[in-house]
Amino acid sequence: MSGLAVETHGLRKRFATKLAVADLSLSVKRGEVFGFLGPNGAGKTTSLKMLLGLVPPTAGRASLLGKPIGDRNTRARVGFLPEHFRFQDWLTGRELLRFHGRLHGIPERTLTQRSEMLLERVKLTEAADRKLREYSKGMLQRVGLAQALINEPELVFLDEPTSGLDPLGRLLVRDIIHELRGRGVTVFLNSHLLGEVEATCDRVTFVKAGRTVHDLTLGDAAAEKVEVDVRVSPLDAATREGLAKFGEVLPGMPGEDGVEAAGATAGTRLRMRIADEESLPEIARWLVSRGVSLYELKPARKSLERWFLEVIGDDQGPG
Amino acid sequence: MPRILVLAHLTLHEALRRRVLLAALIGGGAFLILYGVGFHFIARDVGKHATLLERRIALTAITLAGLYAVNLLSVMSAVLLPVDALSGEIGTGSIQTLAAKPVRRSEIVLGKWLAYVIVVLGYLTVMAGGVLTIAAVIGKFTPPNPTAAIPLMLVEMLLLVSVSIAGGTRLSTVTNGMAAFGLYGIAFIGNWVEQIGTFVDNVAARNVGTVASLIMPAESLWQRAAWLMQPTIMRELQITPFSPASVPSPAMVWWAAGYTVVLLVVAIRGFSKRGL
Repeated sequence: MSGLAVETHGLRKRFATKLAVADLSLSVKRGEVFGFLGPNGAGKTTSLKMLLGLVPPTAGRASLLGKPIGDRNTRARVGFLPEHFRFQDWLTGRELLRFHGRLHGIPERTLTQRSEMLLERVKLTEAADRKLREYSKGMLQRVGLAQALINEPELVFLDEPTSGLDPLGRLLVRDIIHELRGRGVTVFLNSHLLGEVEATCDRVTFVKAGRTVHDLTLGDAAAEKVEVDVRVSPLDAATREGLAKFGEVLPGMPGEDGVEAAGATAGTRLRMRIADEESLPEIARWLVSRGVSLYELKPARKSLERWFLEVIGDDQGPG
Repeated sequence: MPRILVLAHLTLHEALRRRVLLAALIGGGAFLILYGVGFHFIARDVGKHATLLERRIALTAITLAGLYAVNLLSVMSAVLLPVDALSGEIGTGSIQTLAAKPVRRSEIVLGKWLAYVIVVLGYLTVMAGGVLTIAAVIGKFTPPNPTAAIPLMLVEMLLLVSVSIAGGTRLSTVTNGMAAFGLYGIAFIGNWVEQIGTFVDNVAARNVGTVASLIMPAESLWQRAAWLMQPTIMRELQITPFSPASVPSPAMVWWAAGYTVVLLVVAIRGFSKRGL
């Protein structure tokens, strides 16, 4: 059995006038919670559709759970929550789950147990006999998630699962993803909510203009350089140059670099990247020896948002 | 339960839940009541004054008129009911959830097709049965060969449901509706051109009609069914609009059946390859 849940090589999709996915090569290990990140229009959803056999690729190859994409039996072991989940709105939540369970060929008794359990898990037991047209956006998303799990899949694709959910709903989805990871289920998460991805994923891949451009293991602090927020006064050219010897001074986020800190806080803030935390005491000593007032020296792991901006670049306008 | 039946069941469930069947029942019931009342007065009148031949001609004409109306209603149902079966689901994206399940694309197409075939053929059977029952009970009259003719009307509806479903695999809902009715329009006018061409002995007009019937054989099936349900004298004299001058041959029935099968196969193949 292959150790990979998803594997693609040079996957490509060209529509009549548009190259949606140029060259997608990635691999997702079994049991991993994998984040697929990129700006709008980067080809994330098309990639997902190719993996699920909904859209035929123009070129390249891919496999799910060790079988080539499009294999019908493999789809019985896969779950899928599409973006903006919608289904026949005259069905009730309970009927929806039963219908999808029957498509998977789940025996009736097992199906009853499973659908009740899932309704309970996504907190829809009370609303189970209401029609989907009476559901809120968040409720639809939750029943869609339950539908994706009805076959107890080994691999689940979630396309923007938290869109339309309030903070409680997001927490629920996050908990469910943690539970899935606990059971060894592979989760392929397509999301642009970076906070969600950061909180749930083991690894992320960035995709830009239909190409995989960067792979990042989250929580792997040793592999990352440390970013530090420094707040000093005065921040003159000599101090700036001196600090640059300890590491790279980063172009600041708006409102940070070279801007007087707001409110009662004193000094000027800048952000720099250093090789490791061992440099921190040295920086402090050097600043104090120069007679510079040091108000803040705070190491911070680089947020996924910063990674995103760095990898995707700001040449990419908002989608 | 096989997946085709799961999908057909969902579609039937939808027809029930969306009150399509209720509307058909109420509309159909009103039609049959009105028809029965009309039939009653005509049958009473021709019973008093007409000769046996006149009575037979009148009752055949009114029975065929009833069946013609049923045919037209069924044609509309066969095209309109399934018109958004696939295109609607492709449009809303709900097809993605379905197609990502371990189902074949062909099962999706055939499941929906089966459900609409059941609904439309059931509708036609009940309505045509109602017309024939009214004729039998009120007029003590049964046209010739109903058991050979009604199945031809059923094949016609099978064909039109297939046209509508097949169109939905490629076209948007409105385009599909227009295309299906457009095809039926070709068949309809082609048939009249053929009849009149035959009547005035114009070979070119007759050929135009035959080509139209080959493009869409639906109307020919009705024409043959109507011809089968008339006594010989009416066929020969061509005294009603239901007495065709040019009778579609049995080969046209086979053409229609083959047409339906090929259409479905092509639609399924196209749908299996398309992106959703």
